[in-house]
Amino acid sequence: MPLLNTHIQLQLDNFMLESDDALELKGITAVFGPSGAGKTTFLRILAGLEKNASGSLSYADEVWQNTQKNIFLPPHKRRIGFVFQDGRLFTHLTVEKNLYYSYKRAKKSLHKRNHIDFSKIVESLELRTLLSRFPDSLSGGEKQRVAIGRALLQNPQLLLMDEPLSALDRARKVEIIPYIEHTTKHFQIPILYVTHNIEEVARLANEIILISSGRIKATGTTENILERVDLRHLTDQLDEGAILQVTVDSTSEGITNLLIGKETLKVPAINLKPKTKVQLLIRAKEVAIATQPPHHLSIRNILNANILNIDISDKVFAELTLNVSGQSLRSRVTLNAVKELGLKKDQHVYALIKSVIFEGRILS
Amino acid sequence: MDSLDLGPVWLSIQLATVTVLVLLVIGTPLAWWLANTRSRIKPVLEALIALPLVLPPTVLGFYLLILLGPAGPVGRFWVHLTDSTLTFSFSGLIIASVIYSFPFAIQPLQNAFENIGPDPLEAAATLGAKPIDAFVTVASPMALRGYVTAMILSFAHTLGEFGVILMVGGNIPGSTRVVSIAIYEHVETLSYEQAHILSAGLLIFSFVVLLSVYIFNRRLPLNRF
Repeated sequence: MPLLNTHIQLQLDNFMLESDDALELKGITAVFGPSGAGKTTFLRILAGLEKNASGSLSYADEVWQNTQKNIFLPPHKRRIGFVFQDGRLFTHLTVEKNLYYSYKRAKKSLHKRNHIDFSKIVESLELRTLLSRFPDSLSGGEKQRVAIGRALLQNPQLLLMDEPLSALDRARKVEIIPYIEHTTKHFQIPILYVTHNIEEVARLANEIILISSGRIKATGTTENILERVDLRHLTDQLDEGAILQVTVDSTSEGITNLLIGKETLKVPAINLKPKTKVQLLIRAKEVAIATQPPHHLSIRNILNANILNIDISDKVFAELTLNVSGQSLRSRVTLNAVKELGLKKDQHVYALIKSVIFEGRILS
Repeated sequence: MDSLDLGPVWLSIQLATVTVLVLLVIGTPLAWWLANTRSRIKPVLEALIALPLVLPPTVLGFYLLILLGPAGPVGRFWVHLTDSTLTFSFSGLIIASVIYSFPFAIQPLQNAFENIGPDPLEAAATLGAKPIDAFVTVASPMALRGYVTAMILSFAHTLGEFGVILMVGGNIPGSTRVVSIAIYEHVETLSYEQAHILSAGLLIFSFVVLLSVYIFNRRLPLNRF
């Protein structure tokens, strides 16, 4: 397993990015953490795009940087591939020429047999029909597929991906993820994958590097990191959920009733007139499931729901889509829970709602 | 009527062509540097480069005459080197034109490079391109519109130059008598017919050139050249 040795620092506007870790890289490693934590900068330092970073940096048996010895390998000499958030395809070149740009300048492999095969990449990312087109005419998902192909054609020893899916909507993400999965398996290149989206982490990554405020807080397998209670305040951020349209009903004794069709949701009083329509965000992790009417619980909001879909493409969690009076609600439970409760499509269940978010405020 | 002497036309075209080439060679690295530097002397340089836009040609011509004249620092060195004077020669005109048209080449190039920004070049670097390679294969083609504008504006501006040329070059047939000077001469000697032909020619030429710039810029989508 290639070892990434980092003893590096970089002063940024509002904090110091520091890393003093030896990281073994295999498969997909998520660089995960809240926005502004320094994830992208960390990746840029590895690529050699931050010239002001100081310290030492080596990967496998190559020294990339050593400030004391005055060594700084420029980006074009590091054996990396970089997929930018916005793809950064060359707009003056066709897709084919974008790919060739990289292929012509590919890093020479130590072993010839590893040399990357142009048509294999085109096949595996299904780029054949796009070759003659210009980047401006591609959809966001197509652009990122080309960008991934272009980075792979560098014959990299390490692939750096900076939130490659963040500019895409959910449907496009779902479309691209399988490409990333099978491409990495096929080409056997370790990947550092920056994201602040926990679903992408859970779906793609075997390992997590957790970054917050410019430091690496923890590293480990995805399961371990996501289960660690002491890291909850970091891993829970920017979690996804569902938006519900509700109608304000009566308010009394500090409690407002919100109507979702026939169901009622009780929240701490919000200052709105009855019949006002409002939007609520309910995070998937805030929705628990019961198969029988629960008693003796502190949770006051229990809604009748039907299971519309169970997504088990993840390694740890299952993502349930529920129907509550015609609106969708999402719930994230463990795969174990799905198995033990015997959850099935179309089954009637009770959705236990721990908290809702209204105008950025958490109401529980 | 004397038959129309087309010598000044060819001389103008030669002067403008050489000026444009010199400006591209000097202007490209300078505009690139200006677009990417955070140096404190950047505004000073930008102001210096823009000076010919606001200075009367006579002021520029006067200083150039002093600088390039046989007694001036540059002129003396030139005489020492070539045994001929820079003032009242074609070489002197080239130097004067380059300085006079400098902003017309630098500003479009600098704007184009600034618009491209660092992102495409970073991408090129991660794809194995050395800085020079990235400049030639990514930045230059993306800045094509800036190049076309710079070339056409400085070419047309050199053709229309009068005051500086009169002061630095005088009016020597075959050496410094360019179109604008020839028109002035025809008017002075009341040969209105020749003045008309040359003036109309210059007018039509300038219009066609500017029209083609605007058409070219409209036809091509902003980022694809």
